[in-house]
Amino acid sequence: MGFYVLKRVLLMLPVLLGITVISFSVMKMAPGDPTSLLTDLNPNMNEEAIKRIRAHYGLDQPVYVQYGKWLKNMLMLDFGKSFAPDNRPVLDKILERIPITLLISVLSMILILAVAIPIGVLSAVKKDSLFDRGTTIFVFFGFAIPTFWLALLLMILFGVKLDWLPISGFRSLNYAQLSFPGQVVDVMKHLVLPVFVSAFGGLAGMSRYMRSNMLEVIRQDYITTARAKGLDERTVIFKHALRNALLPVITILGLAVPGLIGGSVIFETIFAIPGMGQLFYQSVMMRDYPTIMGILVIGAVLTLLGNMLADLLYSLADPRIRVTD
Amino acid sequence: MKVSGDFTGRLIKNRMAMAGLIVVMALFLIAIFANHLAPYPPDKIDTGNILAEPTRDHLLGTDILGRDVLSRIIFGAGVSLSVGFVAVGISTLIGVILGALSGYHGGMVDRVAMRFVDIMLCFPSFFLILAVIAFVGPSIWNIMIVIGITSWMGVTRLVRAEFLSIRERDFVQAAISQGAGDFRIIFLHILPNAMAPILVAATLGVASAVLIESGLSFLGIGVQPPDPSWGNMLTEGKDNIEIAWWLSMFPGLAILITVMGYNLLGEGIRDALDPRLKR
Repeated sequence: MGFYVLKRVLLMLPVLLGITVISFSVMKMAPGDPTSLLTDLNPNMNEEAIKRIRAHYGLDQPVYVQYGKWLKNMLMLDFGKSFAPDNRPVLDKILERIPITLLISVLSMILILAVAIPIGVLSAVKKDSLFDRGTTIFVFFGFAIPTFWLALLLMILFGVKLDWLPISGFRSLNYAQLSFPGQVVDVMKHLVLPVFVSAFGGLAGMSRYMRSNMLEVIRQDYITTARAKGLDERTVIFKHALRNALLPVITILGLAVPGLIGGSVIFETIFAIPGMGQLFYQSVMMRDYPTIMGILVIGAVLTLLGNMLADLLYSLADPRIRVTD
Repeated sequence: MKVSGDFTGRLIKNRMAMAGLIVVMALFLIAIFANHLAPYPPDKIDTGNILAEPTRDHLLGTDILGRDVLSRIIFGAGVSLSVGFVAVGISTLIGVILGALSGYHGGMVDRVAMRFVDIMLCFPSFFLILAVIAFVGPSIWNIMIVIGITSWMGVTRLVRAEFLSIRERDFVQAAISQGAGDFRIIFLHILPNAMAPILVAATLGVASAVLIESGLSFLGIGVQPPDPSWGNMLTEGKDNIEIAWWLSMFPGLAILITVMGYNLLGEGIRDALDPRLKR
């Protein structure tokens, strides 16, 4: 097991390096360079001054030298200072936003698992039943509904028409005056819609996936054996089949990480939740390049870690992986 | 996987595929004949009639400038389709070339290409797209290109897998032993036999490109107003969410129907190609 973990971690390094190369290339894609933001509209700029500014940012050096410097800063977690008026270090700005985004992602994952697994199993066991057909239709809608539209509809229904739930922000204005249980309820009320919206796409995908897994497992010989030796159907399904069908779900959860994190841009913007996605959106709108680059790299690294964690968990759950791979 | 008359027969009998095909064809016709179908010009401002609820004159209501929502949705169809097709064209081209090289040659080329795919998959795609747009600026052309160059990974893996398996088949081995060149084998012998799954992936790809475009336009970094796009119409819907539900309802419905059409068509083609996969 120790060897396997080491191998996984070492395999991660070239991918990590690749992430930085691609991020750096994205930055270099901009027409002109960061100095044009300072120089274009300034009538006092002459050739000499532009040259000096370019030299100050190291832009007069070959690309690989620039990359090397940038990479060194990244490795030391120095993402520079934000171009936004607050001019704070990018790392601080990102770190204070990450917990909210992760909280919503984790809650969505729990929701996805809690709902999609029973649906998937049930529709596999009762294949072609009314329930199965119903969930198939639900899945098709789930794949096709734009999440931001779903968010708008839910806001109209629960926020405007019924007035049950708040439609923006992470907490109410009077949050500080609430008692502790009141504060918890307040945050939960604010999170209901965002968590549901962020989980929705995954719900469809996961229940579909669970269904086909289950159908696959039910066909296996050991299930026939279990039935042949007279076990009742409940034991066969929930003990023998379900356990095996659940294994690959770990990997899928790992693969769902980029979707959940990437999706945060949309629902955090809609619901005005101060997480990483909203920060990213704001940075894009005001061309705050250091923050954009910081979030891009951190988002990719989080995904990489999520995938690796999933792989390790999988190998814990299924010893075959460690031996054959 | 051979595409034959048998396939056409199964496709026609496949209700899912036919429903999808009808939706897709209808969208094409709407996009092409938008000028004739739309009751009003899409940017005709009518200040005396702003935020009107759906009525006989304006079937789907009017927006904040009094523009007819139905007409703007009809004109938005063209935007949505062109973004979908160009983006998928780009991603399929990249995917086929990279996947073919990787699956056909194997070895170092394959390892490097597959690692590249792994790396690209680490980026939350919405982050990557937004970051590139932040640097190159939003425009309909940039959107198409950026969606294309950030969504080729699935096709690459698929084409690679197809090439790996088809390369070992007898007719390819026969061609190799007759001394056919790499180019000839890749494009004349293997690629035609891998077309079917590529077609399925491309059809489903259009659906996801349409979704991404609408999301970007909704955030204000896609198709820019006053050009009508279903996504940027929904932005107006959000801004007037308390007073004008129709601005949020109908453009979203258009996206839903479009995406579902492509998904149904894609899944239907898949089932018709290989009935064994249907379950």
